[in-house]
Amino acid sequence: MQFTNIDAFLSMGGHGLYVWLSYGVGLLVFIIAFMSPVLKKKRIIKELSQLQRRQSKHKMKDNTEGIN
Amino acid sequence: MLRLQKYSMNNSAVDSNSLGKVLKSVCVREYLCASRYRQAFINPLVFFAIIIALFPLGVSPEPEFLSAASVGVVWVAALLSSMLSLDNLFMKDYDDGSLEQLVLSSQPLYLIMLIKSFVHWTLTGLPLIIISPLLAMMLYLDLEQLPVLLLTLIMGTPVINLIGGIGAALTVSLRSSGVLVSLLVLPLTIPVLIFATGAVQASIDGASINGYIAILGILLMLSITLAPFATSAAIKLSVSN
Amino acid sequence: MKWTFFHKLGSPKWFFDISGKFLPWFVVLGISLLVIGSIWGLAFAPKDYQQGDSFRIIYLHVPSAILAQSCYMMMAVSAIVSLVWKMKLADVFIASAAPLGALFTFLALFTGAVWGKPTWGTWWVWDARLTAMLVLLFLYFGVISLQSAIEDTQIASKATSILVLVGIVNIPIIKYSVDWWNTLHQPATFKLTEKPAMVPEMWIPLLVMVVGIYCFFTALVILRMRNDILIRERKTKWVKALLHF
Repeated sequence: MQFTNIDAFLSMGGHGLYVWLSYGVGLLVFIIAFMSPVLKKKRIIKELSQLQRRQSKHKMKDNTEGIN
Repeated sequence: MLRLQKYSMNNSAVDSNSLGKVLKSVCVREYLCASRYRQAFINPLVFFAIIIALFPLGVSPEPEFLSAASVGVVWVAALLSSMLSLDNLFMKDYDDGSLEQLVLSSQPLYLIMLIKSFVHWTLTGLPLIIISPLLAMMLYLDLEQLPVLLLTLIMGTPVINLIGGIGAALTVSLRSSGVLVSLLVLPLTIPVLIFATGAVQASIDGASINGYIAILGILLMLSITLAPFATSAAIKLSVSN
Repeated sequence: MKWTFFHKLGSPKWFFDISGKFLPWFVVLGISLLVIGSIWGLAFAPKDYQQGDSFRIIYLHVPSAILAQSCYMMMAVSAIVSLVWKMKLADVFIASAAPLGALFTFLALFTGAVWGKPTWGTWWVWDARLTAMLVLLFLYFGVISLQSAIEDTQIASKATSILVLVGIVNIPIIKYSVDWWNTLHQPATFKLTEKPAMVPEMWIPLLVMVVGIYCFFTALVILRMRNDILIRERKTKWVKALLHF
């Protein structure tokens, strides 16, 4: 461990702002990069299954009309 | 479509000398079309002059500053205005279907694209080079450096046209491609800008410019040999949909 | 050697199945390596005798810069595969990797700028590396916007592949010209990453971060590719069956 206490760790020898700004933005970028495809997947599955349901309903309708 | 292809294939089998004919007719057609849409080729020139006039107004009209910045300003303005004229390269041919005919013709698309690019350069790059001494003088460029600036423009603008052709070919099927073409092409033209302005700077500093001119020559040769391949691949793709 | 795996790779369904198995491993490995690497780099690595603690930004800056550059290389390889073997997955990879490449290029630029403030005294220096990264960011933007501008995904992918190949031919020339331009305009300044022989205590956490960021990138690419495959293959039987279950 390079730092004796938590204050020294946070101040980073006077460069705390820069170091923590970099790592903060880095963390933000990682979280955004990870969450966006995860959330998108849910949306895609929802939209596609809705689309499919609608299409299969249409098909059923067409079929019944054909029978009548 | 198939019949057309067959027809052109048969035609070429009969006429083995047709490559020269096709290239010549492409050339003639380009100039004819350009003479009908003169405004499309004049506008980029006016744009070029306006950008150059904006610098003294926006930054400073002092001769010292302007003469130091003149090379860069002229070159950046030349780059931007050649982006504007890229739309003319394939747009009309795509709309009226003649681009499809060129792709279907049995002649190598590489050469056709090279000729088209060259003709386009004589219509856009050359006028720009012709008016640039006037604008460079308005920016107080040292008259002794003028030949070097012109040399870099003569060697550099064809490269920009050739690289720009790739961008124009990739986006020709899109309705509004104006900004997109610039976005695709401008980063690729950075080396030309650096070495062209570097050459003039070296000449101002009294150093030898041979190295810079040699590198510009390499860039020119590279883009002549490689860019038409990418352009024809992109044209084939754009025509196919 | 049998080439069946190569043809299998071309099938989106096969990739979708196999990548689902690997995905959790890459996520766990990537995140844990990144956490370990940054704690190690932030708290345990010795500080630089010249720059002090601001040097710790290296553990984020260098891995993202390396990744941003190699991401374009991977896209170029995929572009060749896409144009030569017409493999669907290569198209999907390019479309999925380009936004990530742009994101990591941005991260490298941002951390570079923040690192520049205590080192050079300004947020932005027209340093050769930073400028080359900026151009790379523009190239990524070009790829992303071309991909999204053309409506037909198949044609968009082919067009993007051509653009990526044109870009990869240009990158060495751009890199060389920017390096050269930099030496012309300012005498060699303090370089961010060229260090006089790093000690192992310094570079081992860096290595951990590099491996971690590659694993994380792989996980992200797989996630995005799976999404893209679902959209592109939405009319096939297997996707419909998958959605029904």
